[in-house]
Amino acid sequence: MPTKLGSIRIQKADFSIDEEYQRLRAAHPSQNGAICTFSGLVREFGDKEGVTGMFLEHYPGMTEHSLQLIIDQAAVRWILNDVVVIHRVGQLSLSDQIVFVGVSSAHRADAFAACEFIMDYLKTDAPFWKKECHDEGDEWVEAKESDLSRTKKWS
Amino acid sequence: MKILFFASLREQLNTEEEQWKELNGALTAGDVLSQLQKRGEPWTSSLNAERLLVSVNQEISNLRTKITVDDELAFFPPVTGG
Repeated sequence: MPTKLGSIRIQKADFSIDEEYQRLRAAHPSQNGAICTFSGLVREFGDKEGVTGMFLEHYPGMTEHSLQLIIDQAAVRWILNDVVVIHRVGQLSLSDQIVFVGVSSAHRADAFAACEFIMDYLKTDAPFWKKECHDEGDEWVEAKESDLSRTKKWS
Repeated sequence: MKILFFASLREQLNTEEEQWKELNGALTAGDVLSQLQKRGEPWTSSLNAERLLVSVNQEISNLRTKITVDDELAFFPPVTGG
């Protein structure tokens, strides 16, 4: 079996967008024409205002498996050189980085589209759960209909 | 069989994992769910959620999915990562 495209990391530690970008850039030095990166952050207004932090839980094993399936689907739809998906878990603070998706390709259209596709499917298919922390207590985030409709538009 | 619970469900049930040595007649994921719901509260209400998801061997499944004693089941609310 050929090696699967992409690398997936689920970690408590923060990540450096520059390091990930340089790694993508170095991996296929003569074939990359475009690298598209996305990062998601903890913001102050979630389901409610006054978010002070966030706790992230996941299903070890199934998470990696579901993210690989998403990357595999992206690699069928677009011509990609490499993909990196990083998702943090555990306790995060306001403005912390949560998620990173980086895609390298020969062409920008493929890199843009695949990055958005991977992020949209990650939101609806990968087993992560967010709990928002507020001064008055913590609450699990509700799944959003708008996320489901973003995913459906790809099918 | 290993059964896992995540996120709000894990908290409501105060359980993250349990092991079953036998299936007690359960043939599908739905049969397992019914047996869990029969335990009374908080199991009955928490597992009655309209949007409860189930996975079998780490793949999203449904209540009609057949199971064996070697399988890993998980019940969880809709996902909210990213």
